[in-house]
Amino acid sequence: MSDEILSFDEAMAKYDPVLGFEVHVELNTKTKMFDDAPNAFGDEPNTNITPVSLGLPGVLPKVNGTAVESAIKLGLALGCDIAPVSHFARKNYFYPDTPKNFQTSQYDEPIAENGSVDIELEDGTQFTVEIERAHMEEDAGKLSHKGGAGRIQGAEYSLVDYNRSGVPLIEIVTRPIRGAGERAPELAKAYVKAIREIVKNLGISDARMERGNVRCDANVSLSPKGSETLGTRTETKNVNSMRAVERAVRYEICRHAAVLDAGEQIVQETRHWHEDTRETTSGRPKSDADDYRYFPEPDLVPVVTNAEWIERLRAELPEPPAERRRRLQADWGYSDEEFRDVVNAGVMTEIEETIAAGASASVARKWWMGEISRLAKVREIDPGDLGASPETVVELDGLIQEGKINDKIARQVLEHVVDGEGTPGEVVEKRGLAVVSDEGELSSAVDDALASMPDVAEKIRGGKVQAAGAVVGQVMKATRGQADAARVRELILEKLGVEG
Amino acid sequence: MTAITRDQVAHLAALAHIEMDETELESMSSELDGIVGAVQSVSAAPIDDVPPTSHPLPLSNAFREDVVGETLTNDEALNNAPDAEDGQFKVPAILDED
Repeated sequence: MSDEILSFDEAMAKYDPVLGFEVHVELNTKTKMFDDAPNAFGDEPNTNITPVSLGLPGVLPKVNGTAVESAIKLGLALGCDIAPVSHFARKNYFYPDTPKNFQTSQYDEPIAENGSVDIELEDGTQFTVEIERAHMEEDAGKLSHKGGAGRIQGAEYSLVDYNRSGVPLIEIVTRPIRGAGERAPELAKAYVKAIREIVKNLGISDARMERGNVRCDANVSLSPKGSETLGTRTETKNVNSMRAVERAVRYEICRHAAVLDAGEQIVQETRHWHEDTRETTSGRPKSDADDYRYFPEPDLVPVVTNAEWIERLRAELPEPPAERRRRLQADWGYSDEEFRDVVNAGVMTEIEETIAAGASASVARKWWMGEISRLAKVREIDPGDLGASPETVVELDGLIQEGKINDKIARQVLEHVVDGEGTPGEVVEKRGLAVVSDEGELSSAVDDALASMPDVAEKIRGGKVQAAGAVVGQVMKATRGQADAARVRELILEKLGVEG
Repeated sequence: MTAITRDQVAHLAALAHIEMDETELESMSSELDGIVGAVQSVSAAPIDDVPPTSHPLPLSNAFREDVVGETLTNDEALNNAPDAEDGQFKVPAILDED
């Protein structure tokens, strides 16, 4: 049964949406958060586990130091304060995905607090999203529901794989985000994209959403237009792609608006997003289930940071993605549109490396956005995976500059290079693709062409200089495209005694 | 003064998925109340300048190297499982109780 919803435009006319996000990031450490079982995806069920992963009696957790450093780095990248002292806590709940009956998390003393992240929408509009906190915790096991339709509702029983149980997670919680208005769904998508980019750039997560490395719970509430009062919120879970986040937020805005318009109350609850029907459905109501009875984890000692440690980690941080983009665009002198195309094509790094290898910014863009992207599209792979290196581009351009090959031949050479025939120079050599620069050879090719088309030659002599194009074409054909067309034209006119 | 009521115990029992009948709720709330009463004198201690203690030992940063250790085999993992299927733990329908 689907809920009544209002159109997005109607909803926007009456209400201001307020958003909030909880994004869970799975770290790519070698081992789990509290035990030395492998942190790996896709292995046989219940093989990457230790007694700690299973919460067997008497086991003791021990914190993964690398995961803590990843959390601090993320906190710094989000502009957060890093807590001098931070504790782990037990979040108690009973559910088969958690064998201990509690999740080890952080409660009132998280590792990072009070940050912000600048978000850029696709048209360049900027938003600042404030971060309330980022804390360390562990992932739960994976449930497969059997019987019914494979969903939890109507299932006869469930199977549990604890390989994921204990995988290090960082949960990033925003403060309420107001003022996005009709851009709210776009902002939701852009926020998740930005977080994904940040953790990927830091190298702390594989950030593959389809594997659940980055998962988003989206909170939505509506305030009457112009009002400061916060409405009742719902939290939509299971939104596991950037497009789904955008759609789920839009759907909840429209659903809330319809409920409020009917004079009814929003139920504070968890909603589940269904990508197939593009709807949310009610999960459990929040009231009772939220009573997690947190208390300090007695088996773990505090994490204490100091300036020296934090500054060492800060020094290891890569340049933030947004700053890097601004710097590169300014360096390269691309227009906003050109630069956006480069980013969307996913060849920014390739262009950067190509310029570092010696190409000009325009040559690098010409190749990566042109023939390399075209070939990659034909072969259905990413441009970066085609096999064209920055050096390939630099060498191709050099060969063109030297007049050894022309643009058209260069594109053929590229294809041979990515097919593994060697460097551009080697391909030109092996395949005999160099431009015919031997004047004698070129001269006789022109003579042959003129002889084969006497009527055209006559026209040119009579002053119809533009007719020379046909002869040029004939010569290019005879030389398999390897002649310098401009030189051929000069020769034709010389031979016929006509002024160019 | 009653610190622990029958309703609080009923709520905790529900959170902990423990079934308790009326007699048990009454006796448990009265017993817990007695225990809380017995240790109530600690609330008179002057603790304004004392940071909360979350661990009895003055240790911090007990970290582990991120190196993979020994794991259980699938058979070992499932050894004590009440029920199993396809190398996984088999649990009753989760929403059954609703």
